[in-house]
Amino acid sequence: MLLLALDTATPAVTVALHDGTDVIASSSQVDARRHGELLLPAVDRVLAEAGLRLDAVTGIVAGTGPGPYTGLRVGLMTADTFGLALGVPVHGVCTLDGLAYAADLEDSFVVATDARRKEVYWARYADSRTRLTDPAVDRPADIAERVAGLPAVGAGALLYPDTFPKAHEPEHVSAAALACLAAEKLAAGEDLPAPRPLYLRRPDAQVPKNYKVVTPK
Amino acid sequence: MADSRDEPLVLGIETSCDETGVGVVRGTTLLADAVASSVDEHARFGGVVPEVASRAHLEAMVPTIDRALKEAGVSARDLDGIAVTAGPGLAGALLVGVSAAKAYAYALGKPLYGVNHLASHICVDQLEHGPLPEPTMALLVSGGHSSLLLSSDITSDVRPMGATIDDAAGEAFDKIARVLNLGFPGGPVIDRYAREGDPKAIAFPRGLTGPRDAAYDFSFSGLKTAVARWIEAKRAAGEEVPVRDVSASFQEAVVDVLTRKAVRACKDEGVDHLMIGGGVAANSRLRVLAQERCEAAGIRLRVPRPKLCTDNGAMVAALGAEMVARGRAASDWDLSADSSLPVTEPHVPGRDHPHAPSHTHAHDHVHEVSKENLYS
Ligand SMILES: [Zn+2]
Repeated sequence: MLLLALDTATPAVTVALHDGTDVIASSSQVDARRHGELLLPAVDRVLAEAGLRLDAVTGIVAGTGPGPYTGLRVGLMTADTFGLALGVPVHGVCTLDGLAYAADLEDSFVVATDARRKEVYWARYADSRTRLTDPAVDRPADIAERVAGLPAVGAGALLYPDTFPKAHEPEHVSAAALACLAAEKLAAGEDLPAPRPLYLRRPDAQVPKNYKVVTPK
Repeated sequence: MADSRDEPLVLGIETSCDETGVGVVRGTTLLADAVASSVDEHARFGGVVPEVASRAHLEAMVPTIDRALKEAGVSARDLDGIAVTAGPGLAGALLVGVSAAKAYAYALGKPLYGVNHLASHICVDQLEHGPLPEPTMALLVSGGHSSLLLSSDITSDVRPMGATIDDAAGEAFDKIARVLNLGFPGGPVIDRYAREGDPKAIAFPRGLTGPRDAAYDFSFSGLKTAVARWIEAKRAAGEEVPVRDVSASFQEAVVDVLTRKAVRACKDEGVDHLMIGGGVAANSRLRVLAQERCEAAGIRLRVPRPKLCTDNGAMVAALGAEMVARGRAASDWDLSADSSLPVTEPHVPGRDHPHAPSHTHAHDHVHEVSKENLYS
């Protein structure tokens, strides 16, 4: 097994290679503005570090968000197209699950990432491998009661200490964690879902009521 | 003549607006033109919603690539390059296509060519009428652009002669269709009504045609307001709006100015070929009037079939094939989508290539792109 994992759903552009046992190469850069430019060179670097070519990969793992749409799509489109060109399966893993896995906690906690517009993407976990709620997008103050007293990880938690007083690292998702989680699930015979984006919000668009009258009154 | 198998086989990807286009071209021969459009999803908004378009591109891309390769009857392994629209266009929409093209080229081990959307609109005519004459004057008219361009080599030299100073021609069609309650997009429906109307019924203004106005620039905003006022006056007086005559007279005002300026530019520059591209080039009256005026002026008119005039992947593949044929530098793996890629840059060559255009300019450009936050 050789998995190429990538995630662009948060400010991190992160790529890792996993040989079924361990992560053999990885790269993470945090730059919210340049997902499109950074991702492919990162893939190239990670493969070079491992001394492998892309056609050695047997499966692709892509973080499906939730995350700001433009960046999220860079990773998903790249993963989809790699899958097409190589004829290998593309697996989707929720980005919050990757963060939860990296948190390595055995009791209840919360994962929250920055959703912009003063909101967070978040979910509750029973432990690092068990998500209790569907990923959601909310204002921190509106979920304060539901996350009260729980430790929290992720940039969204660190950003709002009033709601998440027990926030700590990891701040960003890593493709290495995503790859380990996917490898574990695949080894256990679990099916991973197709890599469809978790947008959680509708596109901003308004149906125009009528055209603006131009005749002066 | 060389065996056509020697000509470059290129797959082109276009996502600058609401069409997910994938085309396959061998040299100047069209092999496939697969398009998935999200236009129906935008109709109720009365215009293209960027986020709706971007989401649709992501869903449509892989099936559309598959369809194009099947239609062309070629294997991805045999491609000589992957071309993609790098700009101009909607930033988020462009980025989906650029991401797909980079991943596809990288996975297949093929060179990547980020190309200019406007130059592609010109180059597509090679698929219909053979190699472009050099120089060629091009009138590009669509919902997103209205410009007059002069090119002596479509891979390296595209000069802007004039452009709209306000609305694009296609936008004017959309807005008037909305005032007339004809729905979106406006171009085809106005064309249809206009066929049964009198183009001389109402004398609508011809923008920027005075003696001191810029000779090759366009303006459609004043026309749009004049038409809307005329319609509102009719409605205010309780009279029925003659939709056919309004459509015909409005359309005539648009195509009159477009063709007059294009022919004048050809004459002034001593160019004996005019090509017309972009979605509005599908307009039947524009085609007829351009033909008449070009004939009278001794200019040969080239207009591709309507399906090649609207946004599509074949036009991107056509320009990509020309880039390969002329040995132009491939793009780098960090190629970005550039929503305001200047028309003077037919493609985005890699930085380390000796023939790359001035580095200072390329550098400025990186800065310009970075201002835009691609994260949200
Ligand atoms: Zn166009």
